[in-house]
Amino acid sequence: MKNLLTGNEAVALGAVDSGVKYAGAYPGTPSTEIVENLSLCKEELYSEWAPNEKVALEGAIGACYAGVRSLACMKHVGLNVAADPFFTNAYTGVNAGLVVVSADDPGMHSSQNEQDNRHYAYHANVPMFEPSDSQECYDMMREAYEISEKYDTPVLMRLTTRVSHSKSIVERKEKLDVPFRPFEKTPTKYVAVPAVAKGLKVKVIKRKEELEKYSETSVFNKAEYYDKKIGVIASGICYQYAVDVLGKNASYLKLGFTYPLPTDLIKEFASNVEQIYVIEENDPVMETQIRALGIEVIGKDRFPLTGEMLPQIIRKVILGDANEVTAIDKSDMPARPPALCSGCPHRGIFYSLAKNKKRRDRIYISGDIGCYSLGYADPYNAMDSLICMGASISAAHGASKVYDMMGLAENKAVAVIGDSTFFHTGINSLMNVAYNNSKVITIILDNRITGMTGHQQNPGTGYTAQGDEALMLDIPTIVKAVGIKNVTTINPNDLSSVDEAINSAMEYDGPSVIIARYPCALKRFSKEDKSEFGEMYVERYSVDAEKCTGCKNCLRSGCPAISFDKTENKAKISDDSCLGCSICSQICKHDAIKKVVK
Amino acid sequence: MTNRIMIVGVGGQGTILCGKLLTIALMKAGYDVKMTEIHGMSQRGGSVSSEISYSDKVYSPVTETGGADIIVAFEKLEALRYSDNLKPSGKMIINDHVMYPASVLSAKADYPEDLNSRISEKFNASFLKASEAAKELGNTKVMNIILLGALAKALDLDGVNWDEIIEENVKANFVEINKKAFRYGHDNINL
Ligand SMILES: Cc1ncc(C[n+]2csc(CCOP(=O)(O)OP(=O)(O)O)c2C)c(N)n1
Ligand code: SF4
Ligand code: SF4
Repeated sequence: MKNLLTGNEAVALGAVDSGVKYAGAYPGTPSTEIVENLSLCKEELYSEWAPNEKVALEGAIGACYAGVRSLACMKHVGLNVAADPFFTNAYTGVNAGLVVVSADDPGMHSSQNEQDNRHYAYHANVPMFEPSDSQECYDMMREAYEISEKYDTPVLMRLTTRVSHSKSIVERKEKLDVPFRPFEKTPTKYVAVPAVAKGLKVKVIKRKEELEKYSETSVFNKAEYYDKKIGVIASGICYQYAVDVLGKNASYLKLGFTYPLPTDLIKEFASNVEQIYVIEENDPVMETQIRALGIEVIGKDRFPLTGEMLPQIIRKVILGDANEVTAIDKSDMPARPPALCSGCPHRGIFYSLAKNKKRRDRIYISGDIGCYSLGYADPYNAMDSLICMGASISAAHGASKVYDMMGLAENKAVAVIGDSTFFHTGINSLMNVAYNNSKVITIILDNRITGMTGHQQNPGTGYTAQGDEALMLDIPTIVKAVGIKNVTTINPNDLSSVDEAINSAMEYDGPSVIIARYPCALKRFSKEDKSEFGEMYVERYSVDAEKCTGCKNCLRSGCPAISFDKTENKAKISDDSCLGCSICSQICKHDAIKKVVK
Repeated sequence: MTNRIMIVGVGGQGTILCGKLLTIALMKAGYDVKMTEIHGMSQRGGSVSSEISYSDKVYSPVTETGGADIIVAFEKLEALRYSDNLKPSGKMIINDHVMYPASVLSAKADYPEDLNSRISEKFNASFLKASEAAKELGNTKVMNIILLGALAKALDLDGVNWDEIIEENVKANFVEINKKAFRYGHDNINL
C-alpha cells in the first residue's frame, strides 16, 4: 500500500509496524505529530504526553526494560532536558528495543536555538540514523529496533524540520508481531551504581566497535557512482538537495546510519572521486570525523554553519551559479509576523504589563516559551529575556536576589509562564523561589492547553493524549503546596483585576503567584471548560464611529481584529475576526467600543 | 524535470488543504510527489507556504530560488513576498484580495497600492477575485478550493477526477459547495 506521508507520520507508522507498545513525548515543533498520530492508534499501543522530555524518556526506558518496544520523541532542545537519562541508558542498554527521536530545526523555523543533536550520538555513544525522506523514516524505524535489540543499545533517530514536515510516498511493509520480553532481574546490567557502571562503560566501548562493522554494511550507507570529478558525502535531507542540484554530474556517498560512521566505505569513496564535498546542515559533524581519517574535503570552509543547506546554497558553492530571478521592487513590502490571536487570553496580561510606564520601568519581565513569547513584540514589548522552558521563574529568582543585594527595593522581577511550561519545568523553579525566598512575581498564563505546539493536553487539562479523562492537576493547590502564600487566580480578560493583582503583588514583601485562568481562543473546549467558563467567545464588539476620536489607544491591545483607517481617522473592528474578549472596549477611554447587540 | 508549485498565503487561509488535494491528484495521475510546509507560527496569522513537487522521481521537496513553475498566492502581498521563487517563465495565480499585516492594521506601515500592476508588469500573472466569489457562494472558506480549481486548469492533469477527490477528502455537508467552488475557479481563471 502506498501513502503520501510526512516524515513524522512515517515514523509513527514505522513504530506501529515494529510492534512498539509504549510511546512517550513532550510536544515540540517539529516532532509533535509523531505521538499525535500514535495517540489515534489506541488499540495498537499506549502513548502519552509526559510533563517534560526527561520524564517521557525515563518512562520509555522503564517500559523497554519491562519488556516492550518503546519510543520517546522530542524536539532538539528536548533532548537537553532528557540528556541525563539518555547518557546512562546508553550504558545499561535495553531489554526490548528503544528508539529516541530528536527532531532538529536547522534554520530555527520555530525554535530558540539551532543545536545540532548529532553531537549527542557521539557524546553518549549511541548509534544514530538520519533519514532523508518519509520512506526512510519508516524503514529506518524498523531497522532501528532490530539494531537496538541486537546491540543492546538505545538508538537515536535524528530528524530535521524538512524531513519531519515534508510528505513523500511510503510503501508500507508487513506489521511485525513482537513477543513480550519479560524483565530478568540483572543488577549488573540495570543498576548503574559506580561499581556496575565501570563494567558497563567497557561494554559501551566494545559495542561501538561492533556498530562500526554494522555501519560498513548497513543498507542505509551506500555509494552511487556517476561523474567522479565531484564526490558528495551527505546525510539526511542534504542528500536530496544535492542530487537535485547536481544530478549525474556527481557521485554520492549517501549516509543514513551516521554514528558510528563507515570509515572504510568513506576511504574507498574518497579514493574513487576527485574532489569531495561534505554537505551537512549546521555543524561539521561528519566533516571533522572524515578529516580525522586524513581525507581532504571541502566543507564548512565553503558551506554556511547556520541555516538550512537549501539547494540554492549548494548550487552557489559547488557550481558557482544561481538561478535567474525576476527583479521586482519590494522596498515597501511590510513583513507579516505572527501575532497573538484575536481573543487570546494572554492579551490582557501583556497589555497591562506594558501600559503603566512607571511600573514597567521598575520591573524586569522574565519570559518563557509558548504563544505568550509574542509578548516580547510590538505593541507590548513586555519581555526582557527568554532562555528556555521553565527559565522564566528561575531567572527572575536570580535577578530578584541581585535587586536585594544592590538595595534596589523598588525593583521587582516578574516571571510569565504558560500552564504547560509550568508543569514542564516551572514547578522546580518555583520551589527555588519559595525555598530560597525571593520576591518574584510569577504570572502563570493558564490557558487550559498547550497552545503553541497545536493544542495538546497537559497535566492541568483533565484529559490524556489518547483522549481519556484524567486527573486535572490543580495549579493553585500545587503552588500553595510548594509554599507560596500570596496566590490569586484572576480572569485575564478583566483588566481591572489584572492591574489590581499586579499592583498588590508589587507591594507584597515575598513571593507571589498570579494565575490568569481562561481558555485559549482556539481550544476545543472540554465539558469542564464549558461548565467553568460558560459560553466563551460568542460576543462581538464594534467601534462607534461617532465616539471614536482616533486616539489609537485600542491599538495597544495588539488585537489583529482591529485596524486603523488613516483617511477617516477611526478605528475599525473586523466582524469576521473579533472574538468578543472585550479587552479593547475596556481600553477605550471614549466609550466608543461597544458590544454588538444582536 | 521536476515540476514545482508553491501555494503561499496567510496562516488560517486554507493553503494546507489546497496543497493536500493537489498532492492526491498528482499521485492519482501517477507521479512521484513531495510536499513541504513550514508552519511554525502559522496559526497566528503569519506568512505561510506549501511547496509541491512532482515528476517521475522527486528528490528535494524544497523549491529553489527561481525554481517554481507556478505560484498560487492566496493574498496579494504574499505573491510579492515569494516572487523570487518563481522561474522567469513561471506563472502566478493570485487571489485578488488584501489582508493587512499588523504593521498596516496599526497604521505604522502602508499596504502597497499598486500590487496588481507592479506584479503584472514583471510576471505572467492571473488575478481572480476568489475571496469575493467564495462569499457569494456562501462560505468564505472555500476560497482555497476556488484557487485549486484555477490551478487545476493551469496544470491540465490527465485522468484526474477532481470531484471524486473532493468527495473523498471533504466533510459530507461541504462537498457540494466545494465542488461548486472548484468549478468556479476552473471556469473563471484567465490564464
Ligand atoms: C524543552 C522544550 N520542549 C518543547 C518545546 C516546544 N514548546 C515551545 S512552547 C511549548 C508549549 C507552551 O505551552 P504553554 O506553556 O501552555 O503556553 P501556550 O503556548 O499555551 O501559551 C512547547 C511545547 C521547547 N521550546 N523546549
Ligand atoms: S493559540 Fe491560543 S494561546 Fe496561542 S495566541 Fe492563539 S489564542 Fe493565544
Ligand atoms: S473584543 Fe476587541 S480585543 Fe477582543 S477580539 Fe474583539 S476586537 Fe479584539
